Amino acid sequence: MADVALRKVVKRYDDIEAVRGIDLDIADHEFIVLVGPSGCGKSTTLRMIAGLEDISDGDIMIGGDVVNDVPPKDRDIAMVFQNYALYPHMTVAENMSFGLRLKHYPKAEIKARVTEAARLLDITDLIDRKPKQLSGGQRQRVAMGRAIVRNPKVFLFDEPLSNLDAKLRVQMRIEIKKVHQKVRTTTVYVTHDQVEAMTLADRVVVMNKGRIEQIGTPNELYHKPATRFVAGFIGSPAMNFIPCRLEDVGGALQIRLTDRIAFALPPARATRYNALPRTDKLLLGIRPEHLTESHAHLGPGVESFETVLDVTEPMGMETLVYFGLDGTPICGRVDPNAGAKDGAPMRLAMDLNNMHLLNEATGAVL
Amino acid sequence: MADVVVEQGRVVRATGGRKGSSLRNALGRKSTVAFFLTLPLILLIALLVLYPAFYSVYLATLNKAMTKFVGLSNFTFLFKRETFWMVVRQSCIFAITAVIFKALIGFIVAHFVHNIPAKGQRKWRGMLLVPWVIPPAMSTLAWLWLFDPSYSAFNYTLSFFGVGPIPWLGDTFWARFSVILVNVWYGAPFFMIMYLAALKSVPDQLYEAAAIDGANWWQKIWHITLPMMRNIIAITTLFSLIVTFANFDIVRILTSGGPLDTTHLFATWAFQVGIQSSDIPLGACVSLFMVPILAVAAIFILRDVTKRGNEA
Repeated sequence: MADVALRKVVKRYDDIEAVRGIDLDIADHEFIVLVGPSGCGKSTTLRMIAGLEDISDGDIMIGGDVVNDVPPKDRDIAMVFQNYALYPHMTVAENMSFGLRLKHYPKAEIKARVTEAARLLDITDLIDRKPKQLSGGQRQRVAMGRAIVRNPKVFLFDEPLSNLDAKLRVQMRIEIKKVHQKVRTTTVYVTHDQVEAMTLADRVVVMNKGRIEQIGTPNELYHKPATRFVAGFIGSPAMNFIPCRLEDVGGALQIRLTDRIAFALPPARATRYNALPRTDKLLLGIRPEHLTESHAHLGPGVESFETVLDVTEPMGMETLVYFGLDGTPICGRVDPNAGAKDGAPMRLAMDLNNMHLLNEATGAVL
Repeated sequence: MADVVVEQGRVVRATGGRKGSSLRNALGRKSTVAFFLTLPLILLIALLVLYPAFYSVYLATLNKAMTKFVGLSNFTFLFKRETFWMVVRQSCIFAITAVIFKALIGFIVAHFVHNIPAKGQRKWRGMLLVPWVIPPAMSTLAWLWLFDPSYSAFNYTLSFFGVGPIPWLGDTFWARFSVILVNVWYGAPFFMIMYLAALKSVPDQLYEAAAIDGANWWQKIWHITLPMMRNIIAITTLFSLIVTFANFDIVRILTSGGPLDTTHLFATWAFQVGIQSSDIPLGACVSLFMVPILAVAAIFILRDVTKRGNEA
């Protein structure tokens, strides 16, 4: 096991820069998830750590050693691929032991390691089967088993769950977490699914257009996003962004959303935003769960307003409501018993204690 | 579906029992329709394959003047002739050596072509296929000039190095070498294109997984490429073995079997014995000896194809 460090890593394909100077420190035993939309450079970054792609600039270190020019086989890493990449002509046991056999491990040790990994992943019964005879979830386990038996310094996962159906994906997500709790190997995991990222990671790295937008624990990213991209990417349904401006009314600071709707800011927020120029074009970022049905007694910092719902989506445990404010589509989450109906007027409450204020031009969270 | 129709047919026959309706039922059956649709091809095969095959069996049992039935005495006569056994040996050496080298060269060249960037690959593929698309009778004539003992390009070039002149087609060893060389030159592109297709069908991720598992290039070929190409290798090898074994034109044009019959294959010797020496029954007899050998190879091919079919 080892720590991994990336120093100003760049990857260029002809004139396209896929990865633009990434700095990342991954501690020993840590589970790091790289997340972002397709084409953001996350898979390329992982493949550079694996040694499957050359790096154009910068340094990659595993366990303190620079591995820029070390071939994959000498990096002591294991990788799980999106389509598993199991050797179709080998049995499960042969697939798992392939790396050990190439390194001429004693037969008894190979057998012991394979048996142990198979037990850990609950695939002992499948050990003599060929990959073709396995289901998607079983193949996924074998691919993980192949990584585990090697006992490498670092595990690399390249979107390992995207070929599974929704139910199996949840199940395997939990399996991966359990395995990591047992083996504690440093792990770099790539996904485009923010739920996977949030549930698995010790720390999440959000990437966009070849750059790192933010690194943080799942909670930090959720509650304190640094940029509009992170705020919009993490969380489902996504955060609402409402154009707004700040106003001084009778010595108090208020935020105006439309000609009709303006709210006084809670004291903590007012002091934080007081220094901002009043002319700036701003965006109010508010998550759907902070837009709920209104009650008779609203807490401090919670403001209510009247609107007409466009569409409602009953989900069982909650109902999603969609409406517009001056043409901006907005989503809220209300109690299923709150009486939300398509096309009906409804009084909603906005919790400004959980609001974010963003600069529209730069996308920075203020 | 067909069963139901048959059932209906029985019912109709039981009640009505008229000829017309049972004929209509027979025509309505899927299997009957299929039979009639394939009938032209069946007739064609019967005409072009079965008739000559049985006719040559019949010919092989006649005497030289083709006037009298002599049973198996043509065969027993062949067994006693040393030339016959030399032809058997030479056919085997020719076919096996040529196929091994064709496969080996095809495999290596396919790897090179596979690693050429996609832009230039088409051009190279086209050029490398040229030997295979030129009619062999024509290209072998060019080889014949290259092998000429006095004025050929080969011996002329070798003379600069103080080697030769080599009697390419006049010496047993060199004549055998030459016919195999030309056959390899002609047949290797076929292997190249088949292996290239097989190489392209191996997913890149398997090589990446193997690279991470610690395999070097040779281990990747041994543990990934070869097992993944096993079926294609088996089929092309057996297919080529049959075609090479039955080769006629190359030997016929280059050496006509010489020197002293040492480069004869079954087909060329059958031609010489049957047509040139006017002993058609004996020629038919020689060519029939190819059947059991080729039949074994054909069985292997068909078995392999069915196995592949079951796997898919």
